[in-house]
Amino acid sequence: MKPATQRNRTRSTVRMLVDHLATALAVLATILVVAPLVAIFVYLLFKGASSLNLAFFFEIPKPVGESGGGMANAIVGSGVLLGVASLIGVPIGIGGGIFLAEFGRGTRLANAVRFTADVLNGVPSIVMGIAIYSLIVFNQGHFSALAGGVALGIMMIPTVTRTTEEMLLMVPHAIREAALGLGVPNWRSVLSITLKTASPGVITGCMLAFARVAGETAPLLFTALGNQFMSVNLNRPIQALPLQIYLFAISPYDDQHRLAWAGALVLIALIVIAVSLVRYVASRGILKGAS
Amino acid sequence: MGVGIEVTNLNAWYGANHTLQDINLPIPANHATALIGPSGCGKSTFVRCLNRMHETNPIAKVTGSVRIGDIDIYEDSSPVEIRRRVGMVFQRPNPFPTMSIYDNVCSGLKLNGYNNRKATDEIVERSLRNAALWDEVKDDLKKKSGASLSGGQQQRMCIARALAVDPEVLLMDEPASALDPVSTSKIEDLIFQLKTQYTIVIVTHNMQQAARVAEKTGFFLNGRMVEFDSTHKIFTNPSDKRTEDYITGRFG
Repeated sequence: MKPATQRNRTRSTVRMLVDHLATALAVLATILVVAPLVAIFVYLLFKGASSLNLAFFFEIPKPVGESGGGMANAIVGSGVLLGVASLIGVPIGIGGGIFLAEFGRGTRLANAVRFTADVLNGVPSIVMGIAIYSLIVFNQGHFSALAGGVALGIMMIPTVTRTTEEMLLMVPHAIREAALGLGVPNWRSVLSITLKTASPGVITGCMLAFARVAGETAPLLFTALGNQFMSVNLNRPIQALPLQIYLFAISPYDDQHRLAWAGALVLIALIVIAVSLVRYVASRGILKGAS
Repeated sequence: MGVGIEVTNLNAWYGANHTLQDINLPIPANHATALIGPSGCGKSTFVRCLNRMHETNPIAKVTGSVRIGDIDIYEDSSPVEIRRRVGMVFQRPNPFPTMSIYDNVCSGLKLNGYNNRKATDEIVERSLRNAALWDEVKDDLKKKSGASLSGGQQQRMCIARALAVDPEVLLMDEPASALDPVSTSKIEDLIFQLKTQYTIVIVTHNMQQAARVAEKTGFFLNGRMVEFDSTHKIFTNPSDKRTEDYITGRFG
């Protein structure tokens, strides 16, 4: 039998080894999480950065055979489509989340709404495109930016609704009671206190939904259709970055391949910029308080 | 000024659980009244019936009458109206985490649509002075978040927030139970000053606290009020055997 001190030393050596092993595994997992994103970004920079110039942002695509040209119409078009989508998806989504967490808790209607949102979340995006095609495009008689925006907006709703619900449920009960105890009507307490307290999480949810639909191609094929020219008319077909990337990537011309790579890079960069900007503005608004 | 409260045949339920049974109690104006009793005896439920917070729980039910001043709060008023007249301070400090100290204190006014900036400044200062917090926070009223204060300061801020809407009654549900001794004694001093202007009902686990701050004390046990009398009498010569057992520490 070894003396006690020596046994303790052996034990602490084992403990240290296990500790190092666990730390190493955690670091490895972190690298595996971050690596794909970094790899994609680096590859896009490598392939696309060389084709980026001012013309890319300010010119529309040139006819095949002419070199140069840009994706101004697609960048603007994506902006219009995502604007329409957010106008639809964010208010309806947040409203649904508020209903689920605050007013309908435990009711059959709430369960039905939650189930519907989850199913809607699982609907393939191409199916969403076809559905909007038959609802709007078919009835209007032409493809339009509006139809594309609606398709993307509906795709945003379930994500926004469910995150809003989760975030509202995380607000401590004591804070609701504080508001009610001051004689604040329930609806006011929900909007000005509970939703405000949960707003960082709710905004994250909206941004997730936004970023997800920003890269959607399939639902736009039958709705926004695409447009070779600059357009901001909601009643006309409109171009979007993912559509333009898709078109150029499957074309046989090297020029267009390069533009497609640049487009992919710009798409990712714009999403990152939009998400950071909204977070920054929102965090400043929250520090200023509820005035 | 505070007003008296007259409770008659008050019964309250949580689902099938009959938490308050036939409570009758006259609470005098401009005094502090303490409610003591073991955990789960119904004292918190009782104060929550005085500003209709009890009914915010969907399975809760209440019968009987509570008159505050000259109105019956269950007959003649809405919960929202009554909660503006009857302020409440909770067991744990519950500041609004997204708001500055200033916004926390005037939140009751703002959320109820009050919008006079100059008057709001005055009300915030008066409420914080009344809550004995002004000197500690006056320099960073709008800079610091209410949640960044210490626990004791947060609780005094919550008291200031309740005072800002100018209630007649102040309900305090174990306001010092989550605080350290220094903060506790500050809150007690505060209750001493506030009871000249407001009617105070304080629930407490701490019998010394009841003895220190209240003129009247009620003893609750298993959803009933066993005894209600002057604090002095309750602690020196209670009429009921159960009260005596409780205050001498034989149970609870």
